[in-house]
Amino acid sequence: MPRKKALPHAVVPDSVVAVKEDVVAVNRDEGSDPLIRISNIEVIYDHVILVIKGVSLEVHEGHIVALLGANGAGKTTTLKAVSNLLGTERGDVTKGTIELRGEKVEKMTPSDLVNRGVVQVMEGRHCFEHLTVEENLLVGAYTRRDGKAAIQTSMEKVYGYFPRLKERRKSQAGYTSGGEQQMLAIGRALMANPSVILLDEPSMGLAPQLVEDIFEIVKRLNQEQNVTFLLAEQNTVVALKYADYGYILENGRVVMDGDAASLAENEDVKEFYLGMGGGDKNFSNVKSYRRRKRWLA
Amino acid sequence: MDMLYNILIAPFLEIAKSPSFFAEVVIGGLMSGVMYSLVALGFVLIFKASGVFNFAQGVMVLFAALNFSGLLDAGLSIWLAFPLTVLIMVLLAWCIERLVLSKLVNQQDIILFMATIGIGYFLQGFGEFLWTGNVRKLDVGIPQDAWFFGDIMIQQSDVFAAVVAGILVIVLALFFQYTRIGRALRAVADDHQAAMTVGIPLRSIWLIVWSVAGFVALVAGIMWGSRVGVQFSLSVIALKALPVLILGGFTSVPGAIIGGLIIGVGEKVAEIYWGPLFGGAIEEWFAYILAMLFLFFRPQGLFGERIIERV
Ligand SMILES: Nc1ncnc2c1ncn2[C@@H]1O[C@H](COP(=O)(O)OP(=O)(O)OP(=O)(O)O)[C@@H](O)[C@H]1O
Ligand SMILES: [Mg+2]
Repeated sequence: MPRKKALPHAVVPDSVVAVKEDVVAVNRDEGSDPLIRISNIEVIYDHVILVIKGVSLEVHEGHIVALLGANGAGKTTTLKAVSNLLGTERGDVTKGTIELRGEKVEKMTPSDLVNRGVVQVMEGRHCFEHLTVEENLLVGAYTRRDGKAAIQTSMEKVYGYFPRLKERRKSQAGYTSGGEQQMLAIGRALMANPSVILLDEPSMGLAPQLVEDIFEIVKRLNQEQNVTFLLAEQNTVVALKYADYGYILENGRVVMDGDAASLAENEDVKEFYLGMGGGDKNFSNVKSYRRRKRWLA
Repeated sequence: MDMLYNILIAPFLEIAKSPSFFAEVVIGGLMSGVMYSLVALGFVLIFKASGVFNFAQGVMVLFAALNFSGLLDAGLSIWLAFPLTVLIMVLLAWCIERLVLSKLVNQQDIILFMATIGIGYFLQGFGEFLWTGNVRKLDVGIPQDAWFFGDIMIQQSDVFAAVVAGILVIVLALFFQYTRIGRALRAVADDHQAAMTVGIPLRSIWLIVWSVAGFVALVAGIMWGSRVGVQFSLSVIALKALPVLILGGFTSVPGAIIGGLIIGVGEKVAEIYWGPLFGGAIEEWFAYILAMLFLFFRPQGLFGERIIERV
């Protein structure tokens, strides 16, 4: 893990550039405007700490887009910029724009965004500990105006995806397991009938099998309920397995992007994020690599 | 030896000698305890939902009572004065949210705390400016006779106060437990940020809790005002809510209620049976000593929210 901190920055080898152009073409082919478009944003905390340094990315309807990177790369900050939660942490988008279906989000409150179908699931689940599982779900439907029956139907649907939650529905959320809390956090988000879920580090602290289960459900929700996902993950292997498209963030910049399959095949990604560097995984190689990058930059 | 006897034995002998008198003292204490509970309840609501330690809660009791009695004195009927005062308290909540909280949001707690001290002073001055600083009698027709059960005397006004407070607490509890807004309030109390992610607008939640706290203050103010008159000292009595909170825990609604009752009974009993040993007037400071002892041994209070820890 600590090794990731020492990554070379902004490595954009030729192969990736090629991939990138491919994908731009793919995006154009789709012919639709993206659901979320982040254009060259900068985020500053406490008026002085610059953490996002010009990030641009697009999330198209119906996709699962992964935002990858090591600790402190700026994944969470980017998600919170979209959901307008930075205000509570004294963070500020000082440059660039974020659009939701072509509409700027900067003037919207977090609840406006939920009303427009954008719901964030925060890193570390953040369930309402003293509420029961069922109450958590009901609170998730807070913004809905379509009546009790519709909310009940959604709840059954959530229970369909997460049968475990139904078993535990009378328990206080604070006493459920980490995996159950992650399911609850996702279930709660679903209760708002979202079109996009911003999912922050769902794998955190979960056993590998559980991580697969959660991602499996994310995939199903994507296909069956047509929910678009922008998900931040450190677990590159799993994320790329389930995502359609990926962005790699390093130190507040996008250093690579491409469709998931090609990123998973990419040598640099393999080496630095998938831990499959093979024989040349030693330090001197990394150093020369870094030197080359400086030359290129 | 004498001293120990006087402290440890004599008072209990006296209690045993005349249990009915003791019962009267306890009941009297319970009734003032109900009042402390109501003020503490206002504190807890605001503290849970917005993390603001509202030092102005006591003055809100005074302010509400001043408005209510002022409107009555101006010739309005109770049935008009009461809803009008409720409206004033909601308006006050709105102003506080608009002019103070929303400007200070995301500031440190201590800054918000200081702001509530400012609000307290302002309200006190503003209330007196509107309705003058004279002591007002408040008569809302609460029955003033006494009942006798055997040789125990109970003031009807005390029973009335207890019943009203009881109903208020039950209604609030049901509201929090079973309504959509109540659930949202509990969610906000648990986790502000997560509440925002599900689209709960914090500002309207704050408006609601401050309004509810204003309403509770009004009820407390009417009860108390009818007993001792509407005057500045109301806000000082209301400060007793602080030891109540330390006893009951700052985040616990049942804690506020039980804590209030304990302090109410405790100080009355202490005054009557131990007071003479200390030259009387124990009532004034007993609550604070009790609170201090609690801080030593159980700083989270009787019912302070248990931090949920899974193993
Ligand atoms: N509230 C804050 N105030 C100041 N700096 C912050 C704040 N939140 C995050 N940062 C800094 O911003 C940088 C990016 O943090 P962020 O949480 O977005 O990273 P991340 O990619 O989500 O990391 P992780 O994988 O550990 O969750 C880090 O250097 C972090 O220290
Ligand atoms: Mg993060």
